[in-house]
Order: sequence, then C-alpha cells, then structure tokens
Amino acid sequence: MSEIPISYFLVLSAILFGLGVLAFVFKRNIITIFMAIELMLNAVNLAFVAFDRAHGAAHDGWVFVFFVIVVAATEAAVGLAIAITVVHNRQSLNIERVNLLKF
Amino acid sequence: MPIILNNLWIIPLLPLAGAAVNGLLGKQWPQSRVNAVGISSVSLTFLAVIELAREFLALPADQIPWVRSYAPWMVAGNFRADFNFQVDQLTLVMLGVVAGVGLLIHIYSTGYMAHEGGYYRFFSYLNLFMFFMLTLVMAGNLVLMFVGWEGVGLCSYLLIGFWFLRKSAADAGKKAFIVTRIGDVGFTIGILLVFWTFGSVNFSEIFKQASGMPIESVSQIGTLTTICLLLFAGAIGKSAQLPLYVWLPDAMEGPTPVSALIHAATMVTAGVYMVARMHILYSHAPLAMLVVAIVGAVTAFYSATIGLVQTDIKKVLAYSTVSQLGYMFLGCGVGAYAAGIFHLMTHAFFKGLLFLAAGSVIHAMGGEQDMRNMGGLRKKIPITYWTMFAATLAIAGVPLFSGFFSKEAILDAAKDGPYANLYLWTLGILGALLTAFYMFRLLFLTFFGEQRYDEHKVHVHESPKNMTVPLILLAILAVGGGWFAAPTMLGGPNHFENFLRPVFETGAPAAASALAENAGGPETGGNALLKSLAAPGVIVALIGFLTAWWFYIRRPDLPKKLAQIMHGLYELVLNKYYVDEVYLALIVRPLLWLSTNVFWHAVDERVIDGAVNGVGRGARELGGELRQVQSGNARSYATWVVIGAVGVTVLVLGVWGMVR
Amino acid sequence: MTLPLILFFVFAGLAVLGALLMIFLREPIHSALALILVMVALAALYLLLGAEFIAAVQIIVYAGAVMVLFVFVIMLLNAGEEERTNLSKLAHYVGWPLGIFLTVELVYWMSRATIGARVTTPTIAPGDPTRDLSMLLFKSYLFPFEITSILILIALLGALVLAKRDS
Repeated sequence: MSEIPISYFLVLSAILFGLGVLAFVFKRNIITIFMAIELMLNAVNLAFVAFDRAHGAAHDGWVFVFFVIVVAATEAAVGLAIAITVVHNRQSLNIERVNLLKF
Repeated sequence: MPIILNNLWIIPLLPLAGAAVNGLLGKQWPQSRVNAVGISSVSLTFLAVIELAREFLALPADQIPWVRSYAPWMVAGNFRADFNFQVDQLTLVMLGVVAGVGLLIHIYSTGYMAHEGGYYRFFSYLNLFMFFMLTLVMAGNLVLMFVGWEGVGLCSYLLIGFWFLRKSAADAGKKAFIVTRIGDVGFTIGILLVFWTFGSVNFSEIFKQASGMPIESVSQIGTLTTICLLLFAGAIGKSAQLPLYVWLPDAMEGPTPVSALIHAATMVTAGVYMVARMHILYSHAPLAMLVVAIVGAVTAFYSATIGLVQTDIKKVLAYSTVSQLGYMFLGCGVGAYAAGIFHLMTHAFFKGLLFLAAGSVIHAMGGEQDMRNMGGLRKKIPITYWTMFAATLAIAGVPLFSGFFSKEAILDAAKDGPYANLYLWTLGILGALLTAFYMFRLLFLTFFGEQRYDEHKVHVHESPKNMTVPLILLAILAVGGGWFAAPTMLGGPNHFENFLRPVFETGAPAAASALAENAGGPETGGNALLKSLAAPGVIVALIGFLTAWWFYIRRPDLPKKLAQIMHGLYELVLNKYYVDEVYLALIVRPLLWLSTNVFWHAVDERVIDGAVNGVGRGARELGGELRQVQSGNARSYATWVVIGAVGVTVLVLGVWGMVR
Repeated sequence: MTLPLILFFVFAGLAVLGALLMIFLREPIHSALALILVMVALAALYLLLGAEFIAAVQIIVYAGAVMVLFVFVIMLLNAGEEERTNLSKLAHYVGWPLGIFLTVELVYWMSRATIGARVTTPTIAPGDPTRDLSMLLFKSYLFPFEITSILILIALLGALVLAKRDS
C-alpha cells in the first residue's frame, strides 16, 4: 500500500488555520467572523487527528477532537445569540459599527 | 551625701522648666505670676550653685574634675556623646558668674520690662537662655557644649529681635545669628577634627591624650594647631572679635537687660570660656595661641577707637564690650588663662552694671538713648549715677577697683610672661588709654554739664527698687570683686589664681604652668603695691581721665572743633570704618544674588521643578498616546490578537533558524 | 501516485478551495455553504486517517447542526452583502502581512515536522477504534465529559436568555 506522510496533513492544517486568521481579520460581517473561527477550530482538529494517528494505538487525540467539537458547538450557539442581540441594538451586521466602547 | 553633685542636671533644668511654664502658660497670666515663675527658677538655680560650691569644696583632690554622665545620647561606632556634666574649679567660677549675675538681671528686668508687651515671652526666653548657658558651662564633652553654644545663639536671636515688629530689631536678630553661624562652621569642623585625632569628644579623654603629645612648632601648622584655630573661629563669631564682631553693636536693638546679660556678662564670654577650657590643646599649639592673642589685642584697640565717637549710650558700651573681650583673649593668648577668666568675671560685674545703669538712664529719660540729648542728670538720678561711676572706675582700671586687678594681670603677662609680646602689650596699653577716655566721656556727657533736654517733655525720675537694688549689688561686686587676686600686691597669695591652678596646671606644658606658679607667688608687700601703682596701665588710665575731663567738662566746645578739623578721620570712625557697608557689598549682595538667580531660578525652578513636573507631564502624555489603542473597533482588537499570536509563535518556533 | 495520495490531494484541494471561497465570497450565506464544503472535505480526510467515529461526528454535529444553526441565523437576520467599510487602519495595513507571515511560518514548520515520519496507511486501524474511544471517554476522561454536559446546559440557558426578545 502507499503512504501519506503525516506532515502533509499538518501542512494542510497550517494552511487552513492561516486562511482562518486572514478571514478573521478581514471580514466585516459578524457571522462571517464566527465562521472564520470555526474554520480555525477545524484546522486544529485536523492536526489533532493527524497526531493521534502518528502516535500508535492510544486514541487520546480523538478525545480532544471530541471535546473541541462539543465546545465549538456550544460557543457557536452562545456567540450567535450575542450576535443577534447586537444586531437588534445597532441595526447593522458590520462590526465596525459596534464601536461605542472607545476612549 | 552630696545632693547637687549627684544630681547636676537640676542646675540647667530648673530654668528650662521656668521657660516652659512661662512660655506655654504665661500668656494670660498677670505679671506677678510670670515674675514668680521666672525669678524663682533662677533663684533656685543660684541656690543650687551655692550648694554645689559647698559640696565641691569638700571634695578630695583626686575626684576633681567631677564628671557625671546622665544619659547616653549619640552612639555610632566609636563615636559617643552623652549628656555628661563636668564640674571643676573653672566650671564653678563660670556657674557663679552666670547664675549670680543672671539672677540680678532677672530681678532688674521685672522693673525695666514692666510696661512692655510680651512680658511672659521675655521671661520665658531669658530662662531658656539660662538653661543653654548653664549647659554650655557644665558640659563634659564638646558636642554638649556645642548644644549650649547654639542654644544661646538662638536665645540671643529671639531676644535681640524681641520687638520683632520693628524691622531694625528683626534684622539685628538675624544678623547676630547668621554672623555667629559663620564662626560655628569652623567650630563644627574643629569638633570633627578633634574626634578624628583623639577618638573621643569627652574632655577628660581629650586632655589625657593631648597632654602626652609634643608641642607643635610655630612655623608649621600641625593637627593641634588646626583644631585650635578652627575652634577659635567659633569663638571669634560668638565673642564678637575681628572680623565677626559686626553683630554686637546691632544687637543693642534688644532690650537693655538682654544687652547686659547676653552681650556683656555671659554669652559673649562663651568663647573665652571655651579657649580656657581647651587650654591644654592651646598650650601645645603656640601658633594658635599667638593668633588668639593677636586677634584679641587688635580687636581691643580697634573697637576702642570706634567707641570714642559714638553718640548712642548703648553703642559705646557695645564697642566697649568687644574691646574688653579682646583683652580676655589677649590674656588667654599669652598663657595667662586665669587672668583671662578673672577679667571675664570682673567684666561681668562692671559691664553688666554699666548696661543696667544705662538702662536705668534710658528708663529715666523716657526712652532717649542719644547722649547728646542728656546732661546734668547727676542730681536727678543719684543711685544710677553713683553705681555707674563705680563701674566706670572699674573699667578704666583705676587702682583697687576690680577691673584694675584683672587688666593688670593680663597686661603683665603680655609684657613679662613666657609668651610675652611687646607689640601686643603696646596695643593693650593704648586700648586701655582709649577705654578710660571714652568711658569718662560717656559719664560726663550723660551726668554732667548742662541739661540738653526739655524738662517739660521728659520727666526724669529715679528707677524703682527692683532696678536699683541689683545696680547697688553689682556695684559692690565691681568695686570689691578684685580682692580675690589683690593680696598679691600686699604680700598674700593670689586666691583666684590658686583656686584655678589645678585646672590650668594639669597637663599643661612647663611654660604655662610656670606662669601660673609665678602669678601665685607672694611678693614683698609694700614694694609690690607701690610698683603696681606706677604701672603703665594706671598711668594711661589717668591720662584718659584727664583728657576726657578737659574735653567734656572744662572746654566742651573742643570736641566739635576737633571733629571739624579732622573731618575725614572723624567721619570714618563715626561710621565704624564702613565695615558693615563693605560686608554688605562684598559678601551679602553677591550671596543674595547667587541664591536668587542661581539656586532659586535655575536650580530649583528649572531643574528640580522641571524634573518633577516633567515626570508628571510625561506620564500624562504617555497615557494620552497609549489610550489611542482603545479605538472601539473590534477589527483592530482582532489584529492585536493576531499580532500576539504571531509573537508567541515566533518566540516558540523561531523565525527561520531554529531547529527542533 | 497511489490512490490514497490522490484522494488526499483531491480532498485537501477541496478544503482549501472551500476556505478561499469562504473568504472571497461576499454574501454570508455563500460563505456558510463554502464552509460546509470545507467540513465535508475534512470528514473525508479523517476517514483517510482512520478516524471513522470522528468523521461521523464531524458530519452529524459540525456540518449538520452547527452550520445549520449558522444558516438559520443568517436567514433570520436577513444578512445581506457586506458593507465595504474600512475604519480600522491597523487591520488594513498590519493585518495582511501578519496573516500571511503566520501562515507561511506555520506551513514551513509543519513541513519540517519529522514526527510521524511513520506514514499513514489508508486501511482502518487494527482493533475496534470506536470501542477504544468510548473506553477512554467513559473511564479516563469521564470528568471532563460530565463537565461538558453542564457546559452545554449553561450555553443553552445563555443562548435562550440572550436571544429572547423583550415582549
């Protein structure tokens, strides 16, 4: 059979993470920014699974992935609730409009 | 069981208690209560001194000097200064003068100051002064003595400026304090040098070590000479010698009892006492002794010249004090320490009396101090006149009065002693001539001649008893006080010299003790008396008296004519050789300029305030810059997060080169 | 060029494509769909790595519940095309280079990772991986497991309170 080096998965994970960071910095829609965060979390999950595969029989890496997914779901729920509230208050989805707390 | 000897602290602390009580509580009290506190404290002190004398005289010789330490004060490594008091014969003499004359002046003040405001304050300060002076005299180490030294300076300032609402008085107080401070710089350095050389500031230890040291040569300035000169610098300030005498004439702004007590009898003599106390050091440093003698003699003559033409009765006496102090230093400088102290004592009597009597005259004249506006007071205020007359005879050196014996002792030592110097003796003789002249001038102008004041404006009356009784007592002392030493002339021993011999002989090198020996030796009776009557001092006293009589009784128009002829010289002397103006221009003005422009504007305002305010301003500006970060824009915050993340990543992984 | 490798590149490419689409598409609903693409591609990659359970959970929970939630919210808020504001100077000038730098750096280091030079085989790992996972979950990691359920409860309550409109 053929073999895929683990580092390929890691590189992919790094690329996805970097793209997530760029999206996080550049997008202005609140929802889109949340989605960028989810992208970053996914990239990290990929890295975990890859490492788990590299470490033989124990599957602790999968446990972490499990928890990451659970917490990400939780966070998405609460974050979106907050986003809804903010949007109701400011009538805009642009986070640059949410700027009352300045000096 | 000696009470006072074991509780020496009673003596200084009694006046301190009086000062505290009067100062803190006396504001609302009637004068009688203030008097009760102020006079009783000093009376008790005087009684304590008498008891001390009695106990002291019963002591065996090996317990003298009697030193008692009451509390440790400063202990730092090897340096130790305690509250310790020392009593020996010299201390006893000084205590007698300070407590005795002080008590008489306190009593006098109850009359003189009776109509003045701030009565309680006056007595509080006066008692405080007694406390410091007694501490100075009884101190067992240089540091405690310095405490007393500075303290009497403080009280002098407070009392000179007693009428502080008058600018001239306030200025005079400041001048006194500052000028003496200049001398005190030397004194302090001297104390440091003493500690460095001897490892201690206690008199007993210093003297024990010093007596074993070799006598320093006159051509080289060794350690002991330096110490003595530095300490003498303090004495120059405190005892108003050249060039730091300028404060004493101005100090006449204070009430007359103050002038009598502080500026005639006690404080100004502190310098003489110090030199006498440190005589062992001085005897080992002949160069320092020479300097002391020169300064004393020159000051004596110089100051007498100024006193010749002054018109204010107190100013004449002030310059006379400076002059007489010069004599005391001359005495110490030629090794006749006992003679110097003797003159200190007789001077306290007659100069104190002169000032108190002058105060009585001023009181009688309703505040007038200019002698040109007096005259013919002899019959009107007889007690004042006769006591003043007695004092004048004493100060002029008329034989059999106290001043004669003390002045002769000094002049003798200057002429014939082991440290004799004919130049200095000549200055002393000339000074004595001038002294006799100006003192009789004062007497004649004030009490004789025609009345130069308006009868209707000034009601001349004799002073009350509480002023005249001290005058009489002092007059008795001024007349008879010389007999302590007199018997030499008549074949008996010089009691005073003998009394002080243990002080001035132990540890002193051969020459000085030889002097003490010779002065105490008996001479054949009648011959000695006749010889002394024909001494130069007596002759010049006579000349001075006759000249004054001629100028002010026989031909009263002469002084004015002479002043017109020698106009330039007269103006120069009348204006005290313009010394004050010179000091003002050379020292005071530049110093004030320096303080204002350099230290105030440049250093304080720009540097220090600038730095402190600059720190505040910088913090505020930095804060102003930093708060721009809080832009309220979430994207910038996001970017900051990324920056942080990049930073951590770089830290952990390295940029390019780190190999894991 | 073996099959696993080809499969890897296909799904990796899909994932990267999805991420890029997510960034560059302007409507949020389009970005959400692109993200779903990414997640499905990742699930396939998990399968390649032999993590079946995780792949299933990824599809069911992540793509199936979380992303659906996102889509619901987008539709609820009627999110339209994004405004083109650019108020933050910092993000505009510094964000670009930093983001790219971070990506490049991570890629570089990941590519040098020697861990697991042992390779992956596309066959399913020996033993019963799901059973092993459940053993771990309910024995060693029981406490975090239970805490997580409380966490979900809290999130539920929070979301409820926050999103409720004042009536």
